[in-house]
Amino acid sequence: MKYTEIMVRYGELSTKGKNRKDFINRLGDNVRQALYGIDGLKIIVNRDRMHVRLNGGQDDDKVINILQGVFGIENLSPSVRVEKNVEDMQQMAVKMILDQYVTGKTFKITTKRQDKEFEFKTFEVNNLIGDAVLEAIPGIKVDVKNPDIELRVEIRSNGIYLSSETIKGAGGFPVGTGGRATMMLSGGIDSPVAAYMGMRRGVKLDMIHFYSPPYTSEQALAKAKQLTSVLAQFSGNIRFIQVPFTKIQEEIKEKVPEGYLMTVQRRMMLKIASMITEESGRNGIFNGEALGQVASQTLESMRAINDVTTMPVLRPLLSMDKTEIIKIAEKIGTYDLSILPFEDCCTIFTPPAPKTKPNLEKTRQFEKNIDVESLAREAIDNIQITTIHANEDYMNENEEIFAELL
Amino acid sequence: MIYFDNSATTKAWPEVIDTYAKVSENVWGNPSSLHKFGDKSFQLLEQSRKQIANLLAVNPDEIYFTSGGTEGDNWVIKGTAIEKSAYGKHLITSEVEHPAVRNSMEQLEKLGFEITYLPVDENGQVQIEDLKAALRPDTILVSIMAVNNEIGTIQPINEIAEVLKAYPKIQFHVDAVQGIAKNIWSQIFNERVDFATFSGHKFHAPRGTGFIYAKRGRKLAPLLTGGGQEKNQRSGTENVPAIAAMAKALRMVLEQENQTSLNERNIKNKIIDHVKQFDKVVIFSKDNEKFAPHILCFAIQGVRGETIVHAFEEYDIYISTTSACSSKKKMASSTLKAMQVPDSISTSAIRISLGEENTMQEADKFIEAFDNLYQEFDRLS
Repeated sequence: MKYTEIMVRYGELSTKGKNRKDFINRLGDNVRQALYGIDGLKIIVNRDRMHVRLNGGQDDDKVINILQGVFGIENLSPSVRVEKNVEDMQQMAVKMILDQYVTGKTFKITTKRQDKEFEFKTFEVNNLIGDAVLEAIPGIKVDVKNPDIELRVEIRSNGIYLSSETIKGAGGFPVGTGGRATMMLSGGIDSPVAAYMGMRRGVKLDMIHFYSPPYTSEQALAKAKQLTSVLAQFSGNIRFIQVPFTKIQEEIKEKVPEGYLMTVQRRMMLKIASMITEESGRNGIFNGEALGQVASQTLESMRAINDVTTMPVLRPLLSMDKTEIIKIAEKIGTYDLSILPFEDCCTIFTPPAPKTKPNLEKTRQFEKNIDVESLAREAIDNIQITTIHANEDYMNENEEIFAELL
Repeated sequence: MIYFDNSATTKAWPEVIDTYAKVSENVWGNPSSLHKFGDKSFQLLEQSRKQIANLLAVNPDEIYFTSGGTEGDNWVIKGTAIEKSAYGKHLITSEVEHPAVRNSMEQLEKLGFEITYLPVDENGQVQIEDLKAALRPDTILVSIMAVNNEIGTIQPINEIAEVLKAYPKIQFHVDAVQGIAKNIWSQIFNERVDFATFSGHKFHAPRGTGFIYAKRGRKLAPLLTGGGQEKNQRSGTENVPAIAAMAKALRMVLEQENQTSLNERNIKNKIIDHVKQFDKVVIFSKDNEKFAPHILCFAIQGVRGETIVHAFEEYDIYISTTSACSSKKKMASSTLKAMQVPDSISTSAIRISLGEENTMQEADKFIEAFDNLYQEFDRLS
């Protein structure tokens, strides 16, 4: 089916009174960014709904998929425009119903006649289309109360728009209306899900990723960027900040007792993240911690690590089970990426038995073995910042060439 | 030429061959090689897998490439037997399966497994009550085809799945070779299906291609061991050009699935409506939703099936006796036999199987030829 446009209806934001305009503009920008890289689209943002004109190419399903993930959208309807004559309208209606039809399904036609000049009345349009469908698809039945397929017909001044599906959107608030924060993104299953949860409440996130070449590979970095690109579908462009961590990890490994390696390492990460957050004017740090999941995520550990900052550390996954987290990861499309087996910063130099209940005083003491301030400053002076768009490919540089083959 | 034998094989489409040629020429590295050139093949392989998975709305890690339907059937049946023999040695299938299933079962029988062959009704359909009665504590596999290759019956896969929900340990295999791109997907595939077999050359991909769907978490012993390809489940250097070509073919057939199926059904119904008027014609494929749109099997009593096939050949129309696999062996159709059709009639059966390229005009020409031939047959018998 070649659709002409997708009609987008707004969600919760409709109730937000005077902020409405900001919200709608923000949602418009987010939609533009989420659809980045798909050429030939035209996005028209109106007060009551948004229209995404399609490019007549192969991208319809992709656009629908992406729009479903953008926060602030209540629902969407892919529609086809035809000229204002009966044959075209009937033909397209039959085609659209056929597209969803399997034996035994019922249908209904709902017509809205905005253009009052149109030669047929609403019920006449219903009949014209209904008859055509009944004739073309033997065995199909009408059911006006509980149809399996509902075909909506809108007669506007510039043509007739038909749609046969209303697809549920992601709800929530448009990203950016809830302020800005940073996110500590590793590459595992949890942190992308935590980012998604933050975005859903309208928070715009910058990703902070620690990398340690040559202990971690180029592929691990590419994977973190790829995850960010997936998340950008929900929030629009994302600033990706990569922090070199090799020197710090080597220093800690050399000078800190084994049982406290992990705790001190996490403190350094949080300290650096906190400095970046502060210096870029953001107001909080998100992470993917869930209480009790691993050694660093006990209450004692969190206290010993959290000790380095007064910046709010937000943990959207705190009380969730791993299975629930995995379910969301699968839904948002990060799971398959997260399970790719590349070493990340958190898994190298892991001692065989990290302290699950580190002592805060001892931690502070051991940390004095390294020069915290200058190591952190040096790392921050060498950060690299990339803007990552939705639908970019960091894992498979040949994807576009291949797309033509497939 | 009018080609009405699409269940035997289909023509590889030019666009598909084009991909095959381009990949053979440019992306011929071994996907297992560590270097960049091999990695390119690996990425194309994985992108093909992803495309197929997306088209079928399953996960990419649930798709395993094979050499075709026969391998897929053999793998799921024998692989389950090897994997699960500690839990039980009883398998259930039907009397109307493709030989790839049937003969795999018979081979297992010789190794000490017990097989229950479910009978079918006059439509060639398995009965749920028979399945329920056959289930045992030591049953490890139920293998039922989606669409019968000889007469086109759609088996009640959803009802079987419903029954098997109460038996989560039993693996459920669907031989879906004849079921792809016929607008019956929701009737032949559901959450309870653990394994499904597909063959590329039935949907305009090159010969020697295929894949199985294997649900996450379900276990299957490999039949081909070696270099550990396909996550150690199916060794052998991957046939990347053919796999990419198959991914393209699947996309193409699914893009036109609904239109094609309606067209096929119209052609089938038109021919049924015509031939049913003749006394000696016995039709096995009904024109209702229990049957796939593309297969029509009927007999002209008193004339041998092969005679009919050759007679149509004179009009440049290509049909078959029941299935291509059994037609040269002069065997009566096993499906018709299972339906209790007497040999005297089933040996007169022919099969028309339709595809994406067939038209209503071809149906008219077929009918014209049929009328001429029927007169002759009538005069001679």
